[in-house]
Amino acid sequence: MKSLLFTLRKQWQYHVLLIPAVVVIFIFNYIPLYGLVIAFQRYNPSMGFKSPWVGLDNFIRVFSQPNFVQTIWNTLFIAGFQIIGGIIVPVVFSLLLNEVRKVSAKRVFQTVIYLPYFLSWVILAGVMIDILSRGGIMNTFLSLFDIGPISFLGDPKTFRWTMIVSEIWKSFGFGTVIFLAALTSIDPGLYESAIVDGAKRWKQTWYITIPSIMPIIVLMTILSLGNILNAGFDQIYNLYSPIVYSTGDIIDTYVYRLGIQQAQYSVGTAVGMFKSLIAAFMISMSYYLADRFAGYRVL
Amino acid sequence: MVYFRSPARTAFVVFNTIFLSLTAIACIIPFIHLLAISFSGSSAVAAGRVVFWPVDFTIVSYEFAFRGGKFLPALWVSIWRVLLGVIVNLVLIVITAYPLSKNKDKVFGRNIYMMYFVVTIIINGGLIPTYIVVTKLGLLNSIWALVLPGALPIFSMIIMMNFMRGLPEEIEQAAMIDGAGVFATLFRVMLPLLTPALATVGLFSVVNHWNDWFSGLIYMQDSKNYPLQTYLHTLIINFEEVIRMAQGDTAKILAYMNVRTGRAAQLFLATIPILMVYPFIQKYFTTGLVLGSVKG
Repeated sequence: MKSLLFTLRKQWQYHVLLIPAVVVIFIFNYIPLYGLVIAFQRYNPSMGFKSPWVGLDNFIRVFSQPNFVQTIWNTLFIAGFQIIGGIIVPVVFSLLLNEVRKVSAKRVFQTVIYLPYFLSWVILAGVMIDILSRGGIMNTFLSLFDIGPISFLGDPKTFRWTMIVSEIWKSFGFGTVIFLAALTSIDPGLYESAIVDGAKRWKQTWYITIPSIMPIIVLMTILSLGNILNAGFDQIYNLYSPIVYSTGDIIDTYVYRLGIQQAQYSVGTAVGMFKSLIAAFMISMSYYLADRFAGYRVL
Repeated sequence: MVYFRSPARTAFVVFNTIFLSLTAIACIIPFIHLLAISFSGSSAVAAGRVVFWPVDFTIVSYEFAFRGGKFLPALWVSIWRVLLGVIVNLVLIVITAYPLSKNKDKVFGRNIYMMYFVVTIIINGGLIPTYIVVTKLGLLNSIWALVLPGALPIFSMIIMMNFMRGLPEEIEQAAMIDGAGVFATLFRVMLPLLTPALATVGLFSVVNHWNDWFSGLIYMQDSKNYPLQTYLHTLIINFEEVIRMAQGDTAKILAYMNVRTGRAAQLFLATIPILMVYPFIQKYFTTGLVLGSVKG
């Protein structure tokens, strides 16, 4: 005990530096955890966390809604394809870009495909609504080939594919840059010896390049699995409308409409909590797998 | 590397260049189209005559953005928020990462602190409990509601921590021997060395604060407190409402402008700041990610 006091006296400055962060995180991250109790209450804003307890009523109410299962399915469907495309497309592009010899051309491509990643979904939604509308240039373009008009954002069948493709479009530049960084760190000696052995470009790509970046592909895949329940609130909330709720409503948009817009705090929290529990499990699993198979550690 | 020159190789190079160029075009063409629309007359846009070049050139949509609409007030809220938010983020990141970059013999309970922070990545109360806490603190309608809940971005803090660990320990030891305490060492000796890492996480913060629209939507009840992205959100959802709220001689403007041109002009204006910083981001972002994945 005495020695502990002695150490603390010696290092008090370090602990003082940590106080602001500890307090802020406590208020905005730990108190809301306590706030999860309202999922088991009938929340009444004037009574706060002392609202009457109702046990699992809110959960039962949510699970018995027919559109809840559909919402989970929509989330998994959209996020699943976004993850698959979000790995494959950047890998292919980084391989193609790696074949470009001119450094300046390579840099221009990189910079241009990277742009949408940095714009908010609000702005991109505005752009997409304009382009994908019935009279927008996308449909004008398609009409040249006698296709359409396609209602990209107003038809439940096409809406989710629009979400998947546009998310991939927004973020593939970012992924490409990461994989390119991995490609540049491959030992050139491997290629030289392959050439001595008579391997052409295809064989080199297949037997050297792809195996060399496999660890980072595995890592990115595993880490994105932790996000399987996030199909992109920002994107969908800015682009959907009641017409496409049937296929476009995801857990997060559902929580927002139920919880904040209709002020059903308890029910919204119950859905959110259900999601957080599964998400926490998925994230922990993905970090564990990432450490196990790709040697990646957060700490 | 040695390259084979063969007809197949040449064919591939040609195909590859064309394919990549088309993709690159697909990434910027929407914005060029938007720009063309924003400078075009309303009837030309309505008739679908505008593709990549303005028809009936006019700047009336931009005039509307600056005079009639709520664009400028929202822009000020955003600028103020980015300044405040980035300063708060950077201060907290530095003072938190510094003790955590020491090992547990130097800072008692270091691993416990670390767990305390990192657990919040995995477990969180979610939207509604956080909303209730912010409301109970009386932060609704205040700029602090946009800044404080995310005051310490854990991922950026880990990047900073790993960066500090990479610095030679002798520098600090020399400072300490010269009589500098912990605070003096951090702020006078370490801080100048941290510039690259500060730039990295600073740009993360700028982009996050600038692009965030959702906290503005839920925490600002009065639309005159909306930051730019939140304002743009209402603009996209309900442009007619924005026109109705506008002051000034809107009738005259509306003769030349329609929903699409007005929207395009304001969306384009909102992308300009990102267009200005993102060439720098590209460099720092990759560095940041590499730093972030360094094992501690």
